[in-house]
Amino acid sequence: MVQGMLVTALTIYGIAICISVFRIIIGPSLPDRIVALDMIGVMLVSSMAIVSVILTTTAFLEVILILAVLAFISTIAFSKYIERGTIIEYRRDD
Amino acid sequence: MKINNVILRTVTKLVFFIILTLAVYLFFAGHNSPGGGFSGGLVLASALVLLFIVFDIETIQKGLPIDFKLVAAFGALLSVGTGFGALVFGENFLTQAFDYFNIPFFGKTELTTVTIFEGGVALVVVGVVVTILLSISEDE
Repeated sequence: MVQGMLVTALTIYGIAICISVFRIIIGPSLPDRIVALDMIGVMLVSSMAIVSVILTTTAFLEVILILAVLAFISTIAFSKYIERGTIIEYRRDD
Repeated sequence: MKINNVILRTVTKLVFFIILTLAVYLFFAGHNSPGGGFSGGLVLASALVLLFIVFDIETIQKGLPIDFKLVAAFGALLSVGTGFGALVFGENFLTQAFDYFNIPFFGKTELTTVTIFEGGVALVVVGVVVTILLSISEDE
């Protein structure tokens, strides 16, 4: 029962990641692609948690932490690129 | 155009130390599980990259006056130095030694020279990644 629910959730996450990849390829504007990339990061973190529940192991917990950190930093970098045009500034203007 | 990003700066001041803790954990977990000097160094470099993105280069270099090229060079010296240290005792190059010591608070602890080697690798990774990012982002 629980095993079937976990596998179903993992399948739905796989379909959702495929749809997000489709959005990244055809996305009309840059913010669409960035939101889709952030979505993929969050869904990968969730599916890693489900995989470690299915396999009853704690070996993937570092993967979850590092994926969350990298998704956070990449979202901040892309947002700053949209907002400012540069990612790392030499001197702050304000 | 003045942009008010006080939420991002406040969150960064907190998240920076969480990422540093993760880097130290990965560095010491590398002894007998996934992790080690390379991935710990990459996570440490990503924490520094987060600081450079949210603040600017001038502020960070005033508060953290480190030349990251020297960090990379010192790490390479440390890693190769542990390799050549084995030659002094008549062993092969890069032979690592370990032993058990009784440390008062921690009890019986295994101390090894692999940790020094991994620390050198972590310093090389941090220095090279931050130097590359700062070189490609300078526009003046």
